[in-house]
Amino acid sequence: MHFAFDERQLEFRAQLRALAEAQCPPGALRDAWDSEHGWSPERWRALGELGVTGLTVPETHGGLGLGYVDLVLLLEEVGRSGLPEPLLDTALAVSLLLGADDDADVEAVRRQWLPAVASGAAVLGVASPEYPRRVVAGTQLVVVHNDDGLYAVTAPEVSGPAVRSIDGARHHVEVVLDTARSTRLAQGRRATQLLNATYDRGALGVAAILVGAADRMIAMAAAYAKDRRQFGKAIGSFEAVKHQLADALVGNEFAKPLAYRAAWSVDEGDPRAGAHCSMAKAAAGDAASRAARVALQVHGAIGYTWEHDLHLWMKRAWSLASVWGDAGWHRQRIVGRVDW
Amino acid sequence: MDLRFDDAQERFRAEARDWLEAHAPGQLPSLDTAEGFAAHRSWERLMYEARWSVVSWPGEFGGRGVGLLEWLVFEEEYYRAEAPTRVGQNGIFLLAPTLFEFGTPAQQARYLPPMASGDEVWCQGWSEPDAGSDLAAIRSRAEQVEGGWRLNGQKTWCSRGAFADWLFGLFRSDPAAERHRGLTYFLVPMDAPGVTVRPIAQLDGDTGFAEVFFDDVVVPDDQVLGDVHRGWEVAMATAGSERGLSLRSPARYSEAARRLEELWRQTEVAHPERAARMADAVARAIVQAEAYKLHTYWTATRALAGEKIGPETSMNKIFWSEADLHIHATALELLGADAEQLDDDGRPGRWLDGYLFALAGPIYAGTNEIQRNVVAERVLGLPRS
Repeated sequence: MHFAFDERQLEFRAQLRALAEAQCPPGALRDAWDSEHGWSPERWRALGELGVTGLTVPETHGGLGLGYVDLVLLLEEVGRSGLPEPLLDTALAVSLLLGADDDADVEAVRRQWLPAVASGAAVLGVASPEYPRRVVAGTQLVVVHNDDGLYAVTAPEVSGPAVRSIDGARHHVEVVLDTARSTRLAQGRRATQLLNATYDRGALGVAAILVGAADRMIAMAAAYAKDRRQFGKAIGSFEAVKHQLADALVGNEFAKPLAYRAAWSVDEGDPRAGAHCSMAKAAAGDAASRAARVALQVHGAIGYTWEHDLHLWMKRAWSLASVWGDAGWHRQRIVGRVDW
Repeated sequence: MDLRFDDAQERFRAEARDWLEAHAPGQLPSLDTAEGFAAHRSWERLMYEARWSVVSWPGEFGGRGVGLLEWLVFEEEYYRAEAPTRVGQNGIFLLAPTLFEFGTPAQQARYLPPMASGDEVWCQGWSEPDAGSDLAAIRSRAEQVEGGWRLNGQKTWCSRGAFADWLFGLFRSDPAAERHRGLTYFLVPMDAPGVTVRPIAQLDGDTGFAEVFFDDVVVPDDQVLGDVHRGWEVAMATAGSERGLSLRSPARYSEAARRLEELWRQTEVAHPERAARMADAVARAIVQAEAYKLHTYWTATRALAGEKIGPETSMNKIFWSEADLHIHATALELLGADAEQLDDDGRPGRWLDGYLFALAGPIYAGTNEIQRNVVAERVLGLPRS
């Protein structure tokens, strides 16, 4: 039993934090909202140089060959920093390519695309069961599915207008699945297994982003409560403010280990990994929603403005709360039905 | 990162499980009755003789000298076996860590073994009628006399106080000093001349705690724990144990969540609509129990790496006390109209009893309001009120 990250993992996080602070201050995040895809190809390349985009890509394909335990800490940092680049979606698609059937066509897709992900040249997308054709805008290869199987589509044809979110950095598009122009990754039972595994990993990844975003909102609110004065003193000296922030912090600090454990269970292939991912998402979804609510209340009217940066993180939390299953769905999945 | 226990730890688990399966008694009478107290004391003695009562203590004091993780493993097995509440818990989990840190070798040799065997059960004498959440307002006083101290005043809400053999408590030794300064930590036998105990019935009707009066009680110098006038620092070390790792081990909640899920399964058969309505609350209980367990492993790993665990223990206290309430309140809702019923002996059933106990959690060991202040001020850095 050693429940901690190692030096290398913590150092990697520090490097990502430094990159985000330099290249993605709130002003840059606002620029991303107004950009074509909601994320920046330049920053994606910088993330590639750091090794982040290819974290889970095998070394034989130019990546670092690491796992979700390594990724979870970086995703938490993505949430904290607000980085809009689709690291999680790409990692989920990489896992699908690696888990797909081992035929020559699939291997050709891997050989072409995995090194491009690792170098920061390519962004991958993946659709969830709720919207089996909806992927992040601007992705070069997407994994989508129909009732027969799971397909990799390169340079997918987009149908209809972009789907915009309250989180302005989340631009999605609906793509066309033309099976004749696609590579089938798996079918039948195997496709279902891969989709279920993706749902688990997606839930765990979003949970990590959410606890990071909650961290940021709690820190912003605590800093504001120390600074803002009313009745002749800092509002952070009032228990009505203190207790809300303390509860938000407690909720988030106890959600974090659930996300870390879920990552470990995924990497280990633990049969309870699905339940562990559900617990992570249920706790992180609640923690981030509460942190957003408390941070807004502590900021008061200034937090309700477009000008203040708080909403950049609040809206991320609201959006991700129901991505890869909302907290209530994940709780229904746990109770009485699976071993945990 | 590795969330598996190693082979030696699993062997330790198996040994503990075998012994507990063979020896753990069924339900004993309430430990807050004279009969139940005696029965629980006998169980402590049985564990002590097999060296299971204080596994993490050094062998010379009756332990096995195992580490923090092994202690967590033992606790998991203890709750899995549904073994009795530890009547000696105030001593074993709260005073002992303080004795290890501040006690002289002579004090350790004198007090630890009988504490481990249940021969001497301890209660805590901190709160006073006018010093609860505002603990530093303590007025019970200690005056220096030849070779020792004379104690006067009143303590209250002393858990196990009705039947305990010893009390550890804080007294004001320097009347000129204010608040946290000028307090001294004393170890007092409950049968000393001048000690009067008035048991107090709790919500369940049993005398689980007591008022203790001190009228010219004389204790020798060697019953001072730590330095004279430095009792606050000594007491805060105990408070950390109470809020943090040692008093409420995660196994307690994991086991309660397992039983809750089992109750939910039974409800699903008998009252499917009620079960459907309650599924979300049951899942919340499970998630909370798991979160507390994992957070404890996380903290234990930090502690084993030499990190000092500070005001975060206040976060633990808030979390486990709220989780305990949620688990038991959910069980009562699952039981529906049966929840209120007492058994044939006129006692609350297991879930109702657990609920009554859980209700005390946000109050004792420093109210959750005080803990939230600690978290806000010492973790988030907000200014003092």
